[in-house]
Amino acid sequence: MTDTASQTNGPNLVRFLTRKQGGIKMTWADRVTYGYLLLGVFVMLLPVLWVFISSFKEPANLSEYPPTLMPVTMEKVEVEGYKTPLPLFEVVQEDGSVKVMAQIRRVGIRAQMVDPENPGAGRVTIDVKKATPVRKFHLAIENYEELLDSSGGNIWLNIYNSAFITIVATLITLVMNSMAAFALSKYQFKGSTVALIAIIATLMVPPTVILVPTYLIVSQVGLVNSLWGVILPAVATPTGVFLLRQYMLTIPDELLEAARMDHASEWQIYYRIVLPLSTPALAVVAVFSVMSRWNDFLLPLIVLNRPEVHTLQLALAGFQNENGIVWHLLLAMTTLTALPLAFAFLFLQRYITAGIASTGVK
Amino acid sequence: MVPPNFEGGDIVASEAISRTLGTVASLPARAVGPFWKWAQRRLGLKKLPWLFLTPNLLSVICFSLLPVIINIIYSVTGSDNLYLQDRRFIGSDNYSTLMDCQNYLDASSCSRDLFWRSLGNLLMFVPLQVIFMMGIALVTAVALNGKIKARGFFRGVFFFPVMLSPVVVAMTWQWILQRNGLLNGILGFFGAEKFSWLADSNWAFFWVIFVTVWAHSGFFMIILLAGLQSIPGDVYEAAKMDKASAWRVFSKITVPMLRPVLLVVFILAVIRSVQTFDEIYVLTGGGPGSATMLLVQYIYETGFAAQPRNYGLAAAASLLLGAALLIFTMIQMKISGGKK
Amino acid sequence: MANLKLENLNKTFGTVEVIPNVNLDIEDGEFVVFVGPSGCGKSTLLRMIAGLETASSGDILIDGESVVRTPAADRGVSMVFQSYALYPHMTVRQNLSFGLENIGMDKAEIERRIQDASKLLQINELLKRRPTQLSGGQRQRVAIGRSIVREPKIFLFDEPLSNLDAELRVVMRFEISSLHERLGNTMIYVTHDQIEAMTMADKIVVLRKGVIEQVGAPLELYNKPDNKFVAGFIGSPRMNFVDGKATSVTADGFNFSAEGLGDLALPRGQRPVEDNQPVSFGIRPEDLKVVGDEGEGWDFSVSVSEQHGRDTYLHGLLADGTEILVHQPGQFAAKRGDMLKVMPDENAWHLFDSDELAIV
Repeated sequence: MTDTASQTNGPNLVRFLTRKQGGIKMTWADRVTYGYLLLGVFVMLLPVLWVFISSFKEPANLSEYPPTLMPVTMEKVEVEGYKTPLPLFEVVQEDGSVKVMAQIRRVGIRAQMVDPENPGAGRVTIDVKKATPVRKFHLAIENYEELLDSSGGNIWLNIYNSAFITIVATLITLVMNSMAAFALSKYQFKGSTVALIAIIATLMVPPTVILVPTYLIVSQVGLVNSLWGVILPAVATPTGVFLLRQYMLTIPDELLEAARMDHASEWQIYYRIVLPLSTPALAVVAVFSVMSRWNDFLLPLIVLNRPEVHTLQLALAGFQNENGIVWHLLLAMTTLTALPLAFAFLFLQRYITAGIASTGVK
Repeated sequence: MVPPNFEGGDIVASEAISRTLGTVASLPARAVGPFWKWAQRRLGLKKLPWLFLTPNLLSVICFSLLPVIINIIYSVTGSDNLYLQDRRFIGSDNYSTLMDCQNYLDASSCSRDLFWRSLGNLLMFVPLQVIFMMGIALVTAVALNGKIKARGFFRGVFFFPVMLSPVVVAMTWQWILQRNGLLNGILGFFGAEKFSWLADSNWAFFWVIFVTVWAHSGFFMIILLAGLQSIPGDVYEAAKMDKASAWRVFSKITVPMLRPVLLVVFILAVIRSVQTFDEIYVLTGGGPGSATMLLVQYIYETGFAAQPRNYGLAAAASLLLGAALLIFTMIQMKISGGKK
Repeated sequence: MANLKLENLNKTFGTVEVIPNVNLDIEDGEFVVFVGPSGCGKSTLLRMIAGLETASSGDILIDGESVVRTPAADRGVSMVFQSYALYPHMTVRQNLSFGLENIGMDKAEIERRIQDASKLLQINELLKRRPTQLSGGQRQRVAIGRSIVREPKIFLFDEPLSNLDAELRVVMRFEISSLHERLGNTMIYVTHDQIEAMTMADKIVVLRKGVIEQVGAPLELYNKPDNKFVAGFIGSPRMNFVDGKATSVTADGFNFSAEGLGDLALPRGQRPVEDNQPVSFGIRPEDLKVVGDEGEGWDFSVSVSEQHGRDTYLHGLLADGTEILVHQPGQFAAKRGDMLKVMPDENAWHLFDSDELAIV
């Protein structure tokens, strides 16, 4: 973050980046590496930054080409005798000087303008090529206001639906998976391998492959258009069980034996000893669950058909179907949808990356 | 032997959180305590684990095992009825409908030409996307594994698109790629004409690959980076003492030692690539025409979007997809020596 | 206060008999040490007494009452684990009180017991800390404290000092011994370290492959090992063994002779010896005397001479090729290749037959 912000003091940045341990000079390999990484920053970060900036542009500004770097709006002025404020233009006069005029209307390549200082002087017709709009920096917060107010507050429903699914599903996932992982890591019993394989084998059944029957089961239970219809089908995650089990295996059995000698029941051992000690792994599973639930699309798409049960993702995707694409609302909504996870990422990056890393290296 | 001092990971660091959570969580846990005590007495230590497993196994049975069985039933029955009792047995008709082709090299000669087109697209998409993605992930991981300033920042930048939802990713790129978008703006600065990137079949296909790589390479980069960091530093120091060149270090030490991780990444990448749906569905809708429609979208459209809904055909197509994935994974495991 | 009796105790994992058949009596207040090489079944035996492993057959009696089907928590025993097994997420106080709370003991009584135990072990300053914030020795004390608050009949220790460094081990050895003196409870202690066994035990039980090889007081085992295994296991550095045979057996005595070594005249013991019977002659390093290079004795060529200052250890070969170790008190000038003569001390030797049983 500091890297992009310090672009202004360029020499400092270069010195900072080229400084090497023990004063050894940068090799060409280092230069290539930094070059690649900076290019990466450009490609990875720019699109999202662009959406963020764009979400603060008003509709007229959004449809401009070439796009403006910053959100801007036309400078407007109240002119006597005109109901609405008129946009200002800098007009190149016959003698080469520049004069600020207000545009009344535009017809083809000609525009009717008036001098805002002196509206009495009458209308002038001007070639639009000679006029450039006067603009100022302007954050179109009204995009967000419109989004949150419009469509009868449906957006709040969408947020609620997404949050409900995410939180409830994650809680259930944590309890269910940790219970299974506890049984599979801390007991030797007949059939434990079979149970483990059965759970892990569901990795081989991609949710997309069982889309139709999942819908059948959900509708048989009467959960179509119910948030529970989205929560329940994906509540047991094989990777969650696997991660938790691997972690619980590292908890020494002696601890459990000590607890048993301390008169603890097996259930107490689970929730008073093993569960608190598995917090790091639980955090990883929770983050995974939150991420996939918040971002989930296909399952809500088939289960939730009525607008009032739509999640944020569905509502977002729905924006382009109604009357073309309403970009100013869509961009604001995209930003809103991505925001919670962006914050989560800032605080939980360590857990998230550690969790992902542990799925591959075992 | 027993690990001498198990420290319980990060618990001390996250003490406050875990204590609060612990207190809140212990209330319901304590409430069901008597039930578990009773169960423990009744079942004994040999059977009690099954009680812990029950919720998970129930879910696995209801939402994985049962669906697979139902899917098989769907694929051999006809009609647009959802409920099994209303469907009649038609044998392999669904499969032969999918397979019905005059000439397998020409999708338009098939009765279900979209199936073949989406399959053909998938066969193009998967290898290209996986190679492109693994290449980017590996290069980035290697770059980040060196002595790099601000490594955390760079890692975060390459990783964060993983956190974005597929819909957000698709919307973002649609905004960039639209006719009046940023990409045309930048190219226009250098004098290029405006271009509708997603309206051209070939370019749309390129962008579909590009965008999915953009969104997912960070995930695999993190796994590879962890793999790289698990290679002990003294191996590199030994190589330095042996005067190995940077390239030889990479090809003779890094890649061979990273092999198991690369394999896991490869399998994961292929499985995910085959299942790609959301981003493309929102970005191009499978278009223009059917240029970017992949198999999962075909299944979705056949089973849910088309009128009448053809569940049988969708199920047959998804079983073919599942079988292909299973065979692929088994071959991979065989090659890797049956590990894991 | 309790005595313990093991009757025909057997433990079988699948088809492997880990403990074939153990019979043992432990008196009230005794400090008993189970010792043996790793894999000898000593920990399994202890865990069976604790109730953490079920016995395949046989009986365990505490104060004459069979507890073999009683759950671990209800046997009136407590255990200090090798890794201490302190609950990492609980404070020291919570670690001590967890078990007492589980049986619904009233708060005042719990508090009294915690105070008593922590004073006894000098951990009262540490009650608010977590195990990760303690040193190895402090963890050890807390683990013992957790045993004490339960006021058990019998204390069990499973290699409790193996995670400590050498210096601390000596300190804790002494502390556990004095704790035993103060509490007077029966204690059973498992270790693979024969020095711990020698210094702490009232009674040592030597185990090999699940079989009790010998039971006895420390010096009894040292001076009168029943067999070659005990002889070799107890005592450090270990006993030397020279293979040979018995010759010239008479009513009063016989000779031990090995190739290239001078015959050694020995008196008869209780067990019969036959002419030409193969035997193993055992002698501890400190019981081999260097007798200069002249006169009677066995030829010994020095290969390594370890100078410890106070003591000198000479590694080398006898004429028949047997590797032996000789201990000389004080500083002794010898170097590689020196030829010396050594002589076993009278009355300090041991003789074992081909079944490794002692012939005394």
